[in-house]
Amino acid sequence: MSTIPIEAPPAKLSHWLIGVALAALAWFAAYSQLASFADWLVQALSLSRQTHFGEAVHFFLYDTPKVLLLLTGIVFVMGIVQTFFAPERTRALLSGKRVGVGNVLAATLGIVTPFCSCSAVPLFIGFLSAGVPLGVTFSFLISAPMVNEIALVLLFGLFGWKVAALYLGMGLLVAIVAGFVIGKLKMEKYLEDWVQKIQAGQLAPQLGETMGWVERFEAGWAHVRDIVGKVWPYILLGIGLGAAIHGYVPEDFLASFMGKDVWWAVPAAVVLGVPMYTNAAGIIPIVEALIGKGASLGTVLAFMMSVIALSAPEMIILRKALKPTLIATFAGVVATGILLVGYVFNAVL
Amino acid sequence: MKNVKILGTGCANCKNTLALVEAVAREKDVQITLEKVEDLPSIMNYGVMSTPAVVIDNVLVHAGGVPSRGKVEGWF
Repeated sequence: MSTIPIEAPPAKLSHWLIGVALAALAWFAAYSQLASFADWLVQALSLSRQTHFGEAVHFFLYDTPKVLLLLTGIVFVMGIVQTFFAPERTRALLSGKRVGVGNVLAATLGIVTPFCSCSAVPLFIGFLSAGVPLGVTFSFLISAPMVNEIALVLLFGLFGWKVAALYLGMGLLVAIVAGFVIGKLKMEKYLEDWVQKIQAGQLAPQLGETMGWVERFEAGWAHVRDIVGKVWPYILLGIGLGAAIHGYVPEDFLASFMGKDVWWAVPAAVVLGVPMYTNAAGIIPIVEALIGKGASLGTVLAFMMSVIALSAPEMIILRKALKPTLIATFAGVVATGILLVGYVFNAVL
Repeated sequence: MKNVKILGTGCANCKNTLALVEAVAREKDVQITLEKVEDLPSIMNYGVMSTPAVVIDNVLVHAGGVPSRGKVEGWF
């Protein structure tokens, strides 16, 4: 154990602080020049924004650096924030909380706790075994993938703070209410038998690792490499599709079937979203382009929530711990919540 | 001879962890038996909440994400 040389932490920390400060400066400088950069590049390629192709290329050249910059920034910050919210800590905060307060807290913690759908089942059972009620656990499980920092920061960057705040509020509301309803339905008997047995079982041993700021910065950087490294192809694909829609689909073309006045558009969007599985980073550029062509915000957000929160792969993973009745209830309750959000957005905006 | 178990449901990170542990053990010339535990009830018996997790000689030493190389080197 003692073979690892330990560098003097203060020196290393100052390196990090200077590096982060410089990176932040460069980030803001680059972010403020995005529009002129895209204009310049389109001109340099001797394209005109008056043509379909030129407009599509401009969209791509403007959105790609913008989305990547926003993503890198937020993922770094969240990588640091998440070091304060290990799943074990979140669980400790939630155990013994009453239904109601617990649902609100669980949905909120879902934003900041690191979560990957491949860990959904261990997390789910870990919560239950610590005495977190089933409904509260579901509030967490719905909120964690849906209301995440990537979705929020991209919505903020592309649509402004109002849409981001509405998405945050509505996403939390769906998670809180859906978890509350599932809790009220008393569905504990629809957990798989081995899960019911384990519930009385032991708690995870705390690994008791303490972290200094150097480790936290390193965790932030590791998070950037991990997440940005994983999602950039989806982003390019999403922006590419978005650019094509932006350049070639006629203005208001989508209004006729994705507009406010089409009552069936919201349910259709939700149903369409279930088998699709991508992350927020890939779907939001498409959302931006759809809205530009007359699709209404409620319909498109319902589609987006459905793609992120109700994914077939996650349900297949959860099936190992939940009986079909409980999975169906989970999907039904969340889908209803998303439908309501879609209609509310369409009605108020 | 150390017995190392990698707990995880077969996601990419679990495979990376396995490869890392294997590589470090070989570099350091430490004899280990490497086991993959993929079945959920057994994983849950160790009480972990986030995978991949690493168990050495039945003691949980790591949970949640691929461990850093330095950390793995510290185990052997």
